[in-house]
Amino acid sequence: MAEKIVTAEDLANKMREVSVAEFFEKNRHLLGYENTTKSLLTIVKEAVDNSLDATNEAGILPDIKVTLRELSPDKFKIIVEDNGPGIVEEKISLAFGKLLYGSKFHRLRQSRGTQGIGISGAILYSQLTTGKPVRIMSSTGKAIHSVDLLIDVLKNAPIAASKKEERNPDKWHGTKIEMEAEGRYMEGRQSIPEFLKQTAIANPYAKIVYDGPNGKVTFDRAVKELPIQPKEIKPHPYGVELGILRRMATNTHARNLVGFLTTEFSRVGRSSADQIIRLAKVENKNPKDLTHDETGRLHKAIQMVKLVSPPTDCLSPMGEKIIEEGLKKELEAEFFVAVTRPPAVYRGNPFQVEVGLAYGGKLPTDSTAQLIRFANRVPLLYHQSDCATSEATIDTDWRRYDFQQSSGQLPQGPLVILIHFASVYVPYTSEGKQAIADYPEIIKEIKLALQEAGRKLSIYVRQKNKRRDAQLRSELFEKYIPELAESLEKLTDVKRQKIIEDLEKIIKKGVKGEKEAGS
Amino acid sequence: MKKKQEVEKSLKNLGGKVLGDIDKGENPSIDVPIRTLSNVKFDVESQMIKMGGSLAKRYFFNVGHVRKFVQTIEAAAVAKELIDVQKHLSLRETFYKMKRTLPNSNINLVDEQEESNAAIEDLELITGASREFLHINANKLGSVAGKVVVEDKGDTIDWSKLGSGGWAIPSNVEEIIFKKVDAKFIIYLEKAAEWERLHEDRVWEKLNCIIISSQGQATRGIRRLLQRLHVEHKLPVYILVDGDPWGAYIYSVIKYGSISLAHISQELAIPGAKMLGLTADDVVKYELKRHLIKFEEVDVKRLEQVKNYDWFKDNKEWQKQFKLWKELNGKVELAALSSKGITFISDKYIPDKIKHKEWLD
Repeated sequence: MAEKIVTAEDLANKMREVSVAEFFEKNRHLLGYENTTKSLLTIVKEAVDNSLDATNEAGILPDIKVTLRELSPDKFKIIVEDNGPGIVEEKISLAFGKLLYGSKFHRLRQSRGTQGIGISGAILYSQLTTGKPVRIMSSTGKAIHSVDLLIDVLKNAPIAASKKEERNPDKWHGTKIEMEAEGRYMEGRQSIPEFLKQTAIANPYAKIVYDGPNGKVTFDRAVKELPIQPKEIKPHPYGVELGILRRMATNTHARNLVGFLTTEFSRVGRSSADQIIRLAKVENKNPKDLTHDETGRLHKAIQMVKLVSPPTDCLSPMGEKIIEEGLKKELEAEFFVAVTRPPAVYRGNPFQVEVGLAYGGKLPTDSTAQLIRFANRVPLLYHQSDCATSEATIDTDWRRYDFQQSSGQLPQGPLVILIHFASVYVPYTSEGKQAIADYPEIIKEIKLALQEAGRKLSIYVRQKNKRRDAQLRSELFEKYIPELAESLEKLTDVKRQKIIEDLEKIIKKGVKGEKEAGS
Repeated sequence: MKKKQEVEKSLKNLGGKVLGDIDKGENPSIDVPIRTLSNVKFDVESQMIKMGGSLAKRYFFNVGHVRKFVQTIEAAAVAKELIDVQKHLSLRETFYKMKRTLPNSNINLVDEQEESNAAIEDLELITGASREFLHINANKLGSVAGKVVVEDKGDTIDWSKLGSGGWAIPSNVEEIIFKKVDAKFIIYLEKAAEWERLHEDRVWEKLNCIIISSQGQATRGIRRLLQRLHVEHKLPVYILVDGDPWGAYIYSVIKYGSISLAHISQELAIPGAKMLGLTADDVVKYELKRHLIKFEEVDVKRLEQVKNYDWFKDNKEWQKQFKLWKELNGKVELAALSSKGITFISDKYIPDKIKHKEWLD
């Protein structure tokens, strides 16, 4: 059979630009839509993340309502409503209907989302599995705008199927998103209720109501203070990659290199800038005119000059008190402890690690500890074994803190370990955003936090064990007393009842000399 | 050895001491001499392993002690009853007598015979009376044959007229009376199979001796019988064990006493006993190399241990043997001598060795 010859012209005719929306439509697993169970969770997660970010930024205590209705065993309606600031009418379609559009990508500041993909991805998935538009209602307190939205996949652009404007007598503000999607509903470790519960732990200032297929659950607000708004920072030179440096140099408004380095980056002063420029041998150059080679030298020189660590007011840790409150609110344990580490830096990015431990009470005693992981207060439910938090937890010697631990395993016992990683840039291992990469600096900080919390917990555990031992001890003696009395009666003819009474008296009085007897 | 009244008195003292503590409202305690290598000494002058003076205090109100404490007192109660009614129990029977379940629990006072055995050994140390005087007997494990007549419990027994099985040595040989002893020496064998070999070959008749065996480590009854014959009738004792560190230890137990029974070495040890074989030299002399069973790791470890015991440490002849064993890196069983001929051990090996005084001391 003769093969059809493909010419370069044929190929050229087939070539065209691929839109980002089209790319993600084909590669939806990258966004967390690889199976129907996870897809439902991802939709809820993206919507809730947006609601929390929006309310936080506006300084509003969040009230979030999540509704999930089963339309058929594999089709669901998802509604997420918040009391955020709302979105101005002109931006509604773009904010939801265009991928990579958003306010968070270009800035360096701790926030839940960063890429402007999340919620658009959810809409894309809904559209793909149902063919129906998604309804968005939003109000800034004036009129309520409703938009039925589709995404033009080839153009990566929103199509507003219909628009409505309603009166808003109650001055409601917020955003409500309503969509249908293919999915499968399950409860358990990696589920919507678990995600919301962990979200409630990490965000105890939020009230979250979940109305799901198995009934209504309310996660109440435990604290009334919002977290401090983190500040925006400029990138620290240590973390800037060559390509980005090149782009920044091309786009800068600065007319010379000293100006470029001191204004576009944090922690570069006049003398550091001079030093970098000298080392790179690029004196008297305009940043826009740098050759590829010169940019490379500049990039290398930056790493060689000692610079102060980036500022850390761009971080907003939960704080030890909030972590303990959050854990107490949702877990029936008897002891809680939290540790917030001072900020540290990996690859020029400031980050901060926090750890909370919940111990005892009704937590299961016969399994390994439960690890709950957060990145910028967002629960991570998948890929636990690939996560730096797991690695650091397994690496920590929990036997020092009176827990059993087999090698390569989490510790054993009634323990929940919360780890919060806060950073302007979370180094996820993949676009699914479920596991944190294992930079040595990050592992080290997590371990230090776990050790400090472990030490505090072990004081409590030891005291508890001591009380339990004392209890067991007196129970043990109670059992042997009649035996000793019986043997002694046979040996000495003294009546056993008297011996028993005398021994009981010694127990009541407290035994002296037992300590010295050792073992 | 203590007299009956003394044993009764020391049992009573033990009970009295514990009651006294209870009366005073103190944590009841008993002092138990420590039975480990750290508390035994090799007494060069008497050539015996002797007990050191270290005592361990055992408390009732102590999680780690309470069980052993009650076991020891219960063992004392059992011994007192046995003495009162003039009956004996075996170690196994004593275990069952002590075994009972604590009320409202699933705990037994003793779970294994090892526990009751240990309690009885502790009781021996506390009272200074050996097991036999507490009316507790071990199992019969040894056989004897030879030109000896004894009286036991009113019966007269001639050790030369007991067929192929010989006389089963009782665990308590204190009451035995030697009526007539014609034998000139004693051969002790570690293995019952070799004893049967010698018995079938009538070695005791041909060499005019007594042959005694145990199965493995010599029991107290056997050791006491050997000692009584050695002391009361001046019979030399020759020992035949497998050629390995374990055999060397069996020999040393008969000769110097054992670590766990160091407190009664006086009644058991036979410093004059000689080691006839198997020696490392025998392996070379009798071409037994091809029968060597390669040492396992435990054998090598044991060899190091035995070699460094005080009673072997300064013995040049023995150190030479240990060195040779290490080079040979294997052990030889007594049974291997049968490769030289069915009756080689009886007709050649033993007579030659004794004739040429070829033994280790």
